[in-house]
Amino acid sequence: MNDLLEVQGVSKKFADFQALSSVTINVPKHSIFGLLGPNGAGKTTLIRIINQITMPDSGKVILDGEPLQPHHVQYIGYLPEERGLYKSMKVGEQALYLAQLKGLSYKEAKKRLVYWFEKLGISHWWDKKIQELSKGMAQKIQFVVTVLHQPKLLIFDEPFSGFDPINANIIKDEILQLRAEGATVIFSTHRMESVEELCDHIALIHESKKILDGKLEDIKRQYKTNTFEVGLSTKHKTALKQTIAERFEIATADFKSLEDDLKLNIKLTPNDSSDDLLAFLSQNASVNHYKELIPNASEIFIQTVKNNGL
Amino acid sequence: MNHLPLIIKREYLAKVKNKSFLLMTFLSPLIMVGFISLVTYLTTLNNEIIRTISVLDESEFFKETLISTEYTKYHYLDGVDLESAKSLSNQASSYGLLYIPNLPIDSVSEEIKFLSEDAPSLTFITNLESKIENRIKELKLEKSGVDLAKIKAANTNVNLGQESYEGVKTSKAGSFMKLAFGGFAGYLLFMFIIIYGNLIMRSVIEEKTSRIIEVIISSVKPIQLMLGKIFGTSLAGITQFAIWIVMIGVLMLASSLIFGVDLSATPQQEIMTEAMNNPAVNSELQGYINDFRALPLWNLIIAFVLFFTGGYLLYSSLYAAIGAAVDNETDTQQFMIPIIMPLIFSFYIGFFTVLEDPHGSISTIFSHVPFTSPVVMLMRIPFGVPLWEQLLSLFILVVTFVFTVWIAAKIYRVGILMYGKKPSYKELIKWLKY
Repeated sequence: MNDLLEVQGVSKKFADFQALSSVTINVPKHSIFGLLGPNGAGKTTLIRIINQITMPDSGKVILDGEPLQPHHVQYIGYLPEERGLYKSMKVGEQALYLAQLKGLSYKEAKKRLVYWFEKLGISHWWDKKIQELSKGMAQKIQFVVTVLHQPKLLIFDEPFSGFDPINANIIKDEILQLRAEGATVIFSTHRMESVEELCDHIALIHESKKILDGKLEDIKRQYKTNTFEVGLSTKHKTALKQTIAERFEIATADFKSLEDDLKLNIKLTPNDSSDDLLAFLSQNASVNHYKELIPNASEIFIQTVKNNGL
Repeated sequence: MNHLPLIIKREYLAKVKNKSFLLMTFLSPLIMVGFISLVTYLTTLNNEIIRTISVLDESEFFKETLISTEYTKYHYLDGVDLESAKSLSNQASSYGLLYIPNLPIDSVSEEIKFLSEDAPSLTFITNLESKIENRIKELKLEKSGVDLAKIKAANTNVNLGQESYEGVKTSKAGSFMKLAFGGFAGYLLFMFIIIYGNLIMRSVIEEKTSRIIEVIISSVKPIQLMLGKIFGTSLAGITQFAIWIVMIGVLMLASSLIFGVDLSATPQQEIMTEAMNNPAVNSELQGYINDFRALPLWNLIIAFVLFFTGGYLLYSSLYAAIGAAVDNETDTQQFMIPIIMPLIFSFYIGFFTVLEDPHGSISTIFSHVPFTSPVVMLMRIPFGVPLWEQLLSLFILVVTFVFTVWIAAKIYRVGILMYGKKPSYKELIKWLKY
């Protein structure tokens, strides 16, 4: 049993709007799973189904080997995109209340809250009301409340919105820490750089369908085109370009460098390895810059959505 | 997991700790008692004026009829004409001038006048009229040779002692009292619903405006949330009401001690006391007391508590359902009338049909319809309603309450998933099944 969460052929329709059509994803244990997709693709609906806020029309969800049941809510920590707290309630009381709703005892909740508040340096907020705090401060409390009951599965919908870079980093480190302690994380976001940094698995949902999923590195490998970006120092640019073009497929590249180099993207032929290319180039010029072009998550995202959106 | 006690506790504390709630709790009795004291004080001021009435009785029919009392002095004018009587009365700044012209007994009644600077008090005039009427009646009877003493001896007051076959005594005066009981219960219910129904509705909208709804709904079932809100807010309401009653009681006592407002010595009271001494009225009063004793008191008290609670919960669940259906408070106004209508309707049924025929089909039906039963049944019970009927009605009431809360919970859950468009009925029914 390597998957904490299995979503099997889940479909969901709202009136005449198809929100999800037969989506299947597997979230491995202890992974950070990126759920990506353009606006309105169905990510939030899927997350709500996992949280039992809404029920699928067909298909099923299996959490840790069991079909989803009401008591499972205590194993899930959910930070929705649309989030807020009771405005006129004090921070401490509110956090205690929400923690108890997730099944913690008062004593245990208090102990953990004190720990977390100290860890994030917000203990002095305990007796403040939410309406006295800034949006970012309230978000921090919301984060604490989400993770407090040590859920097996954490679901974050756009967790970094509203945070400044410093606090976003703190939260990122906390998420990694939670993963290290055994939690599995589902991440729904548009921010591709955080996907790159955090996720080891991704699924791409577009217009209610899953169009891509798997390990991020596998996907990258699958999407790379064996193209290398090179910068060559030579006195005879045109001649050199001619020579290379005779053997490889080339295109003009544009990157920043200190020298006035010949900049090219060179695609390997099936018979050549990277070593062959490098050897060939060294014979003809001095190589200042040599880098394999690996597509980043953002490029994969855009490319896949474009290919499927037709 | 049962989070109900936790939710009730939070809702209760959230209400009770609210500053405006606290303010209203302690300010309302002060304002109310202050207002009542002021009005009473002003009335007393008004009533302590001694009224002097000038009487010009040219006919000499009323010599012994108008007897001065503590607050009303009759001052007979002799040997003056109407014009000088007017100016005399005006100079003496008396309350008014009663003028009885010198006419035969048969026609004098049409010419009797009361002249005054300002419009006289209605109670005073009514009282005076009845005195004059009685006197003229006596004089006319005497004139036609009837022995007044015999007439007085022949006066009989009949009050039929009504009794059911089982020996339960009733009376027509009692019928009004029984209705009054139902009416009072209904009025209390009405007030409670108006004051605290809105509070429940706002509390249901609260999660939406603060956007905490998704967090809450991923932790608890909406029905638990709804029930928690209804019970928590109701408890806060009961707390407030209890404080009000205690505070008003204490403040009233205090104000009557401080201001020394004594209601027993006003002219109004004097007139009332006169009426009380009338044997017919007195026996009616005695009848009320007897009727009150004859009421099925225990049944009434228990039924009151149960039907009041049931009715209140049912109406609050309607408020909760409205709160669940809308996104903000401004959208709720249009729903208020349909909620209050059945309640007002039940008053009409109570007063028009229960009094006429407490066990007729209309009364019976509406004492089982959940939205009217709290008022109608409470009005019917003093007339004797079999236990099974009461229980059936109560059962229907509770079932309807649970059903409405359940619906409210469903609407609440669907509400966050609507994406700004209305779900189809088919969709709604499907959601209700979940």
